Amino acid sequence: MITRFLAGGLERRINILLAILVAAAVLVPVLHLAVPASSPLHMPTYVVALVGKYLTYALLALALDLVWGFCGILSLGHAAFFALGGYAMGMYLMRQIGARSVYGNPDLPDFMVFLNWKELPWFWHGFDHFWFAMLMVMAVPGLLAFVFGWFAFRSRITGVYLSIITQALTYALMLAFFRNNMGFGGNNGLTDFKDILGFNIQADATRSALFAASALALALGVLVTSALVRSKYGKLLIAARDAESRMRFLGYRPENIKLFAFTLSAVMAGIAGALYVPQVGIINPGEFAPANSIEVVVWTAVGGRGTIIGPIIGALLVNGGKSWFTGALPELWLFALGALFIATTLFLPKGIVGAWEEWWKQRRERDGRAPMMSARNPIESPAE
Amino acid sequence: MSAKTTTSILYLDGVSVSFDGFRAINNLSLVLEPGEMRAIIGPNGAGKTTMMDIITGKTRPDEGEVFFDGRVDLTKHDESEIAMLGIGRKFQKPTVFESHTVEDNLVLALAGPRKAIPALFHRQTKAERERIDEILQTIRLTARRDELAAALSHGQKQWLEIGMLLAQDPKLLLVDEPVAGMTDAETEETARLLREIAQTRSVIVVEHDMQFVRELDVKVTCLHEGTVLAEGSLDQVSGDSRVIEVYLGR
Repeated sequence: MITRFLAGGLERRINILLAILVAAAVLVPVLHLAVPASSPLHMPTYVVALVGKYLTYALLALALDLVWGFCGILSLGHAAFFALGGYAMGMYLMRQIGARSVYGNPDLPDFMVFLNWKELPWFWHGFDHFWFAMLMVMAVPGLLAFVFGWFAFRSRITGVYLSIITQALTYALMLAFFRNNMGFGGNNGLTDFKDILGFNIQADATRSALFAASALALALGVLVTSALVRSKYGKLLIAARDAESRMRFLGYRPENIKLFAFTLSAVMAGIAGALYVPQVGIINPGEFAPANSIEVVVWTAVGGRGTIIGPIIGALLVNGGKSWFTGALPELWLFALGALFIATTLFLPKGIVGAWEEWWKQRRERDGRAPMMSARNPIESPAE
Repeated sequence: MSAKTTTSILYLDGVSVSFDGFRAINNLSLVLEPGEMRAIIGPNGAGKTTMMDIITGKTRPDEGEVFFDGRVDLTKHDESEIAMLGIGRKFQKPTVFESHTVEDNLVLALAGPRKAIPALFHRQTKAERERIDEILQTIRLTARRDELAAALSHGQKQWLEIGMLLAQDPKLLLVDEPVAGMTDAETEETARLLREIAQTRSVIVVEHDMQFVRELDVKVTCLHEGTVLAEGSLDQVSGDSRVIEVYLGR
């Protein structure tokens, strides 16, 4: 059933995207590890880390697009789920440090020793195990999204009101995580990681593996999202986006349709966050900052919401631009980002991918090739 | 509740609802027999749409009884549940899923399970496909099945919505102004469609177009200020002096 479901999402463009991601997962580690540093084909460590980070952003943007583009839920708090996944991974990585920490306490992370804590808080238990941490990476954001969505969608909170409370959610989490008493390292967050699954986190091979894992996670995200939106459930998602009350009078419960997408999207964001943290080496409450969530919206809008490829292109382009911009003209970056969002809204309301699709359709019509829809049914209705 | 059992498909008794002090529905009583088609007329603000809102669970009445199928208390159910009980509704402004194709609109409306997760793995059966072909024939949109609903003309959207009601296969249909904005030919066609539907179902039609009501040739109820002003054949109702005064004009 699952195989048939996933196969339902395959179409040409998705296949190409999947092929590129899988190829990148193989080629980049080869170019990074096997090609000598003197060769022009060699991929330096910082590029691997940077692009690997972008891929996790792309997965986050895809997760947002599932709820925003396909279901009309403009979440301005999706970075919260990303950060929660990141914290779950960070807690595992902290536990791996063991006695190699500055204070050398084998049982407690440094910040707890510093706070004079005598024993590990209950919610840190289990994070010594990778499998448990991975479970939490998905379960914590998923559960939060489920509970939040259950109340919000049942109360029929939609549109801008929903956006505002998602923003409030991430802001509240940021304030909470800033507190030392919370037990997540306060404003310093979790950092100084040593190894993951026994491999040195700084090693080239580990970085390559994390890159490959990010590319494959994104590929899986694409496959699942694509299959989802092409199933009957996907049609329900779009219907809930466009005419929620109509659905009710057909007997559907749009709140349940939305809740499933919202929860799945949060899980995807959590996985993205978990892959992000070992590649950047730190997770702190700044990741919950409202501006982060808004940036994700910008990536998605620029690339093209309501498409699978759009948010990925948007995340890669905008972040590539950001890396260049913050190097060349750091003080202008935020202005550039704002201008980009305004320009997209005004001139490319469907984003890059949407505009490209439109252009392609127009070109085909100009070339005298009728669009596919009417070509299949050349006879016009007599009722017209 | 069994004491209240009636043979009627829809039973409204003493229903009242106010919005901010305004009595939109005032002690309204209405009985619809199984298989009956009823036309509701009345001036703007007579409470026609509010009555539909109450029957479909969108609005809760302040007082009064609303029973469906002789035994189900509709005031205790919400929109989705009422739809699943077998009450379908067509809105005044045609409301279809614009970014879906004509066919997909019918697929979503088709009677069947409404759960989210099973929809992930849903495969269309032969019976479902045939039913959709049949409905497309009935509403004369076969040739446009693969086009987006947004591309349809106003009249065709109305028909698509009626087709969605057919797909939903309700016992009772509430149809709000089905011919608003239609050409004469389309109006005639719609009357034919509704009469066809009414052969196997109960239907309530709200309409302003008297010509159309005449074509339907059914019992008429005239509402005014949220209550029933007159009921009977169109000739009886349109001959009633109070109806002439408040609605038809002298």
